[in-house]
Amino acid sequence: MSDARPWADGGPDMIQLLTPEGEFVETAPQEYRDIAARLSDDDLRGFYRDLVFIRRFDAEATALQRQGELGLWASLLGQEAAQVGSGRALRRQDYAFPTYREHGVAWCRGVDPVNLMGMFRGVNHGGWDPNDKNFHLYTIIIGAQTLHATGYAMGVQRDGAVGTGDPDRDTAVIAYFGDGATSQGDVSESLVFAGVNNSPVVFFCQNNQWAISEPNEKQTRAPLYHRARGFGFPGLRVDGNDVLAVYAVTTAALDAARSGAGPSFIEAFTYRMGAHTTSDDPTKYRLSAEVERWKLRDPIERLKAWLAHMGKADRAFFDQVAREADELGADVRARCLALSDPVGTDMFEYVYGEPHPVMAAEREEFTAYQGSFDGAHGDAEASLEGSHA
Amino acid sequence: MSAAAAPNLPKGDGPTAYPRTSTLAKGITSGLRAAMERDPKVVLMGEDIGKLGGVFRVTEGLQKDFGEERVVDAPLAEAGIMGTAIGLALRGYRPVVEIQFDGFVYPAFDHIVSSIAKMRSRSLGHVELPIVVRIPFGGGIGAVEHHSESNEAYFAHTAGLRVVACSNPQDAHWMIQQAIECRDPVIFYEPKRRYWDKGEIAGEPSRGLFEAGVVRPGTDVTVLCYGPMVRTCLQAAQAAEEEDISLEVIDLRSLSPLDTGTIVDSVRRTGRCVVVHEASTFLGLGAEIAALVQQECFFSLEAPVARVGGYNVPYPPSRLEEDFLPDLDRVLDTVDRLMAY
Repeated sequence: MSDARPWADGGPDMIQLLTPEGEFVETAPQEYRDIAARLSDDDLRGFYRDLVFIRRFDAEATALQRQGELGLWASLLGQEAAQVGSGRALRRQDYAFPTYREHGVAWCRGVDPVNLMGMFRGVNHGGWDPNDKNFHLYTIIIGAQTLHATGYAMGVQRDGAVGTGDPDRDTAVIAYFGDGATSQGDVSESLVFAGVNNSPVVFFCQNNQWAISEPNEKQTRAPLYHRARGFGFPGLRVDGNDVLAVYAVTTAALDAARSGAGPSFIEAFTYRMGAHTTSDDPTKYRLSAEVERWKLRDPIERLKAWLAHMGKADRAFFDQVAREADELGADVRARCLALSDPVGTDMFEYVYGEPHPVMAAEREEFTAYQGSFDGAHGDAEASLEGSHA
Repeated sequence: MSAAAAPNLPKGDGPTAYPRTSTLAKGITSGLRAAMERDPKVVLMGEDIGKLGGVFRVTEGLQKDFGEERVVDAPLAEAGIMGTAIGLALRGYRPVVEIQFDGFVYPAFDHIVSSIAKMRSRSLGHVELPIVVRIPFGGGIGAVEHHSESNEAYFAHTAGLRVVACSNPQDAHWMIQQAIECRDPVIFYEPKRRYWDKGEIAGEPSRGLFEAGVVRPGTDVTVLCYGPMVRTCLQAAQAAEEEDISLEVIDLRSLSPLDTGTIVDSVRRTGRCVVVHEASTFLGLGAEIAALVQQECFFSLEAPVARVGGYNVPYPPSRLEEDFLPDLDRVLDTVDRLMAY
C-alpha cells in the first residue's frame, strides 16, 4: 500500500509489542517486554474489557448526539489503546490532565462516563470534582492543560512527593494533548518549565494524524517525539494502537518521573478513525483509503487475536465482554437522558467563592424577572425555575 | 462590606513594627513577607524576582529568606508562568505572580480569562484558584513602549476575577495580604510611578479589600479615582479648594467588584461626578461607573457624569505622555465644566 504522507507507518523507531496481526514482537526493547511480562492474564483481559467498553460507550455517545441528546461529541474511536494503555499505567496518587477526548483515560481513572457527557449535553462545563479521581476537568483550550499539568507537578515536587521510594507517595503527572496542540506556544512552554524544573510530568501526545482538517505535515516538519530532546529530556514514539506497548512505555516514563528522573515525552502514534467531532466532515479533507489502512491496525482486534492465540481468553470471555458492553451502553444512555438540566440561578452560584455584590444583585434580578411570568403566561419552564430560585 | 472582605490578618506583630514609614514598593514587600510567613503555601513566581528582587525590587530579599522553591525565578514566558501557577494552585498552593510590566501580561491573558476566571464555575465550585497576579501599571515614568499601560478594564470585564489597585503604602502593604487571603483570583494593580511614594503603614488594614475609601471629604464634586491618579486627584482637590470648590476624592481601590454603596452615597450628596483614570476612556472603568451613577443617582445629578482619562490611542512615546495622561489641570478643567451646569 502506497502512502504519500510521511511517517505513515510510524517509522523504524516506533516501539511496538504487538503487531497489527496480534503477534508479539520479540525484538522489542527488553525493558518494555519485561514490563509487559509482569502483567497477569487478568490484567490483560482487563485491558481488553476496557478497550471494548470505552469503544461501546463512545459509540453510544455518538448515537446520542445523532439523536439530538448531545449537542456535540468528540469521539475517541481508534485511540482506545493509547488511552487505556496510558491510563492503566497510572497509580492512584498520580494526576491526569486531559483534553476533551480522553474518555478512555477517564474510564481508567474511575470517572463515571456519564459525567463526561454533561458538557456535551450542555448541562454543565464539566462539573466533576477533579480531586475525586485525580482527573482534571476536560480542557478545550488547545494545549493549556500541559502547563496546568506542569505546574501541578511543580507542586508535587514542593510537597516532597518525588523520589522518596515510597510507591504510594511518589507521584507523577500526565498531560494529554494532540498533534495539533504541539504547535501551541503553551505546549513548548510547558516543555521548558518541566525541563528546567525537572518536574515529574509525562507529556503524552496522541498523534492521531489530524487536527480537525489539518494533517501532521501542517504542524511539524520533524517527528514530534524528536522535540523532547531539544528541551533536555527523552522522547519516544510508541505504536498508539498497541495497548501493551503504550502501557509499557508509559509505565517506564511514570516510574522515572516518580523517582525524580524528570519529565519525558511520549508520542503515541495512532489515528482518529472518526470525525474531529460530530460537527466535522472528514470526507472533505481525507481519503477513505487512508482510513481503511488504519482499520487494519485496529487496537482491539490485535489484542483479541493475541489473547486468543495465547490461550489467555476464549470465545466465552469475548462474548461476555460484548454483552457487558451493551449493558454499559444502555446504562449510560438511560443516565444521560436522566441528567437534569441546571436551573437558571445556577449561573450565579459558582463564579466566586466569596460573596460578590454583582452576583447577588443579578441573581435577585433574574429571579424577580423569571418570577414575573408565574401564572401570567402559563410558562411551565419559567415557573419551575422561579420556584427553584 | 461582607466579612469576606476582612480576612483574618494578624494585628500588628509583623516582621517590622507598626506604625512605620515605608515606600509603596516596600509596603508590598513587607506585605508579601508577612503572607509568606503566615502561609507556607504562598509561592511567588515571576521574571527576575529572585536575586534581583524584581525590576522594581518589590521582592527584594525574599528569595534569600524563603528559598528558590517559594520565590521562583521562572523562565521568561508569561503564559508559562500563569499556566504553571494554575497547576500549583490546583495542588493547593497560593501563587502570587509578578508580571514585570503591564504590557507584558498579554501572553498570559488566555490563562487568566479562560482558565483562572472560569475554573470555579466550570467545576461547579469544586476547584478554587486563589491566585494573585501583581501588575505594575500606568505611565509617567518616561518608559519605552509596552511599559506604561493601564489594562485593568480587560480583567474587570471578565467574570470570575476580582481586580484591585492600591495607591499608597498603607494599602499596598495590607491589600496585597488581603488579596492573597482571598479565595478568588485577584488581579492586583500597583501604580508604578508611585512605588517610591512614602507614607505611614498602620498596624491593620484601613478597610476590606473590596471597599472604596473617601480619602478627602468634600461637598461639590465627587472625584472617583484609583492607583496613580489618587495623588493627582488629591492635588487637584487642594487646588480647587483655593477656588472654593470642594472635591470629595474617593479611592476606588476595588475595580471589580465596585463598591457601589460608597460611590452612590457620595454622588447623591454632591450631585456631580468625575471619574479619573489613566486608561483610555472608551469602555474603560469610567464608562461603567458613569452608567452606574446615572442609574442610581439620576435625580441627584446636577451635571452629566464626566470622565478624564487617556486618549483613545496607543500609549504615546514618552515625550508625549504628559499630554496623554490626566493631570491636575485636566481634572480641574473638567470640574469647572461640571460646576458651570
